[in-house]
Amino acid sequence: MNWASLAYLVAALCFILALKGLSTPRYARVGNLVGAGGMVLAVVTAYAHGVVHNGLLILVMVVLGTVVGIPAAKAVKMTAVPQMVALFNGVGGAAAALVALTEFLAADGDLLFDLATVLTVLIGAVSFSGSVVTFLKLQEIMTTRPVLLPAGQSLGIGVAVASVVLSAAVLTTSSTALLVLLALAGLALGVLFVLPVGGADVPIAISLLNAFTGLAVAASGYVLGNTLLIVAGTLVGASGTILTRLMAQAMGRPLTNILFGAFSPRPEVAHTEEQRTVRSGTVEDVAILLGYAHSVLVVPGYGLAVAQAQHAARELALLLEARGIDVSYGIHPVAGRMPGHMNVLLAEADVPYDRLKELDDVNPGIGSVDVVLVVGANDVVNPGARDDPSSPIHGMPIFDVDRAKAVVFMKRSMRPGFAGVDNSLLYNPKTTLLFGDAKDSLTKLLAAVKQV
Amino acid sequence: MIDLLTIFVLAVFVGFEVVSKVSTILHTPLMSGANAIHGVILVGAILITGHAEGGVELVLGLLAVFLATVNVVGGFVVTDRMLEMFKGHKR
Repeated sequence: MNWASLAYLVAALCFILALKGLSTPRYARVGNLVGAGGMVLAVVTAYAHGVVHNGLLILVMVVLGTVVGIPAAKAVKMTAVPQMVALFNGVGGAAAALVALTEFLAADGDLLFDLATVLTVLIGAVSFSGSVVTFLKLQEIMTTRPVLLPAGQSLGIGVAVASVVLSAAVLTTSSTALLVLLALAGLALGVLFVLPVGGADVPIAISLLNAFTGLAVAASGYVLGNTLLIVAGTLVGASGTILTRLMAQAMGRPLTNILFGAFSPRPEVAHTEEQRTVRSGTVEDVAILLGYAHSVLVVPGYGLAVAQAQHAARELALLLEARGIDVSYGIHPVAGRMPGHMNVLLAEADVPYDRLKELDDVNPGIGSVDVVLVVGANDVVNPGARDDPSSPIHGMPIFDVDRAKAVVFMKRSMRPGFAGVDNSLLYNPKTTLLFGDAKDSLTKLLAAVKQV
Repeated sequence: MIDLLTIFVLAVFVGFEVVSKVSTILHTPLMSGANAIHGVILVGAILITGHAEGGVELVLGLLAVFLATVNVVGGFVVTDRMLEMFKGHKR
């Protein structure tokens, strides 16, 4: 009886329970803690059972990693969580690739061992570089629009073919130099894979890369002959794949469309460059509009969260309610930077849940809503998603706010939203634009409504 | 070999089953939680470093231990912070 195997089994069970718990709000937090407990058990077991040399150095690195990881995770703003997840995923992928590479240096294995090594190094490298690019996109260090390299498609195919050839070469020669080359090809592949993914689709790419890292970990488990890595890695690979599909569904688009959409030529948009006019209003205009409404729908977006304007929005809602106006919030499943992100952000701001309505609750009756207040949201109310087959976000379910009686669009500038898509709603005669920082505008609006 | 394959296949089914009906509200924390779990590569990193003899192996292994620790610790802490936001809210 091997006590280490038993401990690994318990840890694997903890991970299954953690994922199960995370899929229902009620047990999510407990589940996460159970998962963390399983991880501690697994790490202690590995240390106590498997460390022959270098024990002290390993401890130092674990402490260093903790010293870096905890403050980073504590300091990150809730609005920036998606890019943080991308970074953590990237370092995980890199670690998996390094583990396989190191084991390859140390041991002579058979063909299957080499195959698992090749897979781990390749997938780990793709996951690492891909995650770094998604981080840069979400952090808006680089453009969030799809980046199409000239000849990007042929380049991608070329690198993919090179990776396959290099993999085969490593399998036949067991050459370390070739394995390192393969890792470099994997890095290039990850970059080429994520560059053409645009704006709102980036989180889907993260989710998929997350699943990739899971598979890389599973493959490294085979390299090391460690069942825990196989179980945990496969769990993440499989659940990550499902999660990726669910996210794509929440956006109303097939996965292939998201991943390869930027590769396929899109029907050229007939740019109607005739002078399209927008109507921008003053705070007073909007206050009058709101003050005499019977029903108001607030559609919050990432812009509201970034400006920390949740509290101002809530105060305005309370004031309107005191005047007998029916106020509700429309929460799009992909509002924010990730599916479900807005729920996290509003939960942080203590917005009461019973006022939050989903697409299906809002859209049927939207024609009778007097004023829709769009605060820092853009893509989730873009009629192009419904009407314009050439739009990159075509097919994504939206709030049909253009069918309401009036729309107030709070925006910082005419700059398009995260997906980089122009929004015809801005030019709709029903729409009044209110330029400025969301929090600032809402505060002024609050004062103005009091005067009405 | 067949044993490991069996484990792999079973884990695929468990993984599919476990998250097949999760609601949109929890997509972000679930992704982050799964992210923390694949940080279990830390176990592998510790094992190879614990056996490493050459200098190159040692350096690569230690780097892997560091990266994997960041993945694990950061992943669990971020997920916990997100889930904390949901406490006290009932739907």
